[in-house]
Amino acid sequence: MQLARVTGDVVATVKDAALVGHKLLVLQPLLPDHTPVGRVVIALDAVGAGVGEHVFFVRGREASFPFLPAEPPADACVIGIVDRWDLD
Amino acid sequence: MILAKVVGTVVATRKDERLVSHKLLVARPVDPAGAFDGNYLVAVDTVDAGFGETVLIVSGSSARMAAGLKDCPVDAAIVGVVDVVDVAKG
Repeated sequence: MQLARVTGDVVATVKDAALVGHKLLVLQPLLPDHTPVGRVVIALDAVGAGVGEHVFFVRGREASFPFLPAEPPADACVIGIVDRWDLD
Repeated sequence: MILAKVVGTVVATRKDERLVSHKLLVARPVDPAGAFDGNYLVAVDTVDAGFGETVLIVSGSSARMAAGLKDCPVDAAIVGVVDVVDVAKG
């Protein structure tokens, strides 16, 4: 999983039937010091995250697991809203 | 998933039989503002996307979960046509 900030959302009317009803979020992955790192990712939302929040997300095949038994075609999914993180 | 713009099509007569009748498009990743960002890729179209449209591409083994691609040898599938990307400023 990776930390990210939700920077926006995506509207797509024409989409895979298994994606209907799912929210699509624009994520900017972050380093622990809040520096943006890597390319922007579009992810499904499994926890009701909103724009501006810090979240963590899972990549790959596992991104559809929160919606089992449905299997939406997704390779990234927000699975937690981060209250805070601490580094020693 | 990534955002990409459809920039072309691929025609392949000889291909894996599980790809027969699937439309193959050339897409190039874009950032939320629409600027090209990264290398071209070939993706299977499952939503009837067209040239010049901004689309949503799912990659890796998740691509096989798109409609009609079960057990197909693909690692990129177009699963949505993007209307709007709304990015907050700051």
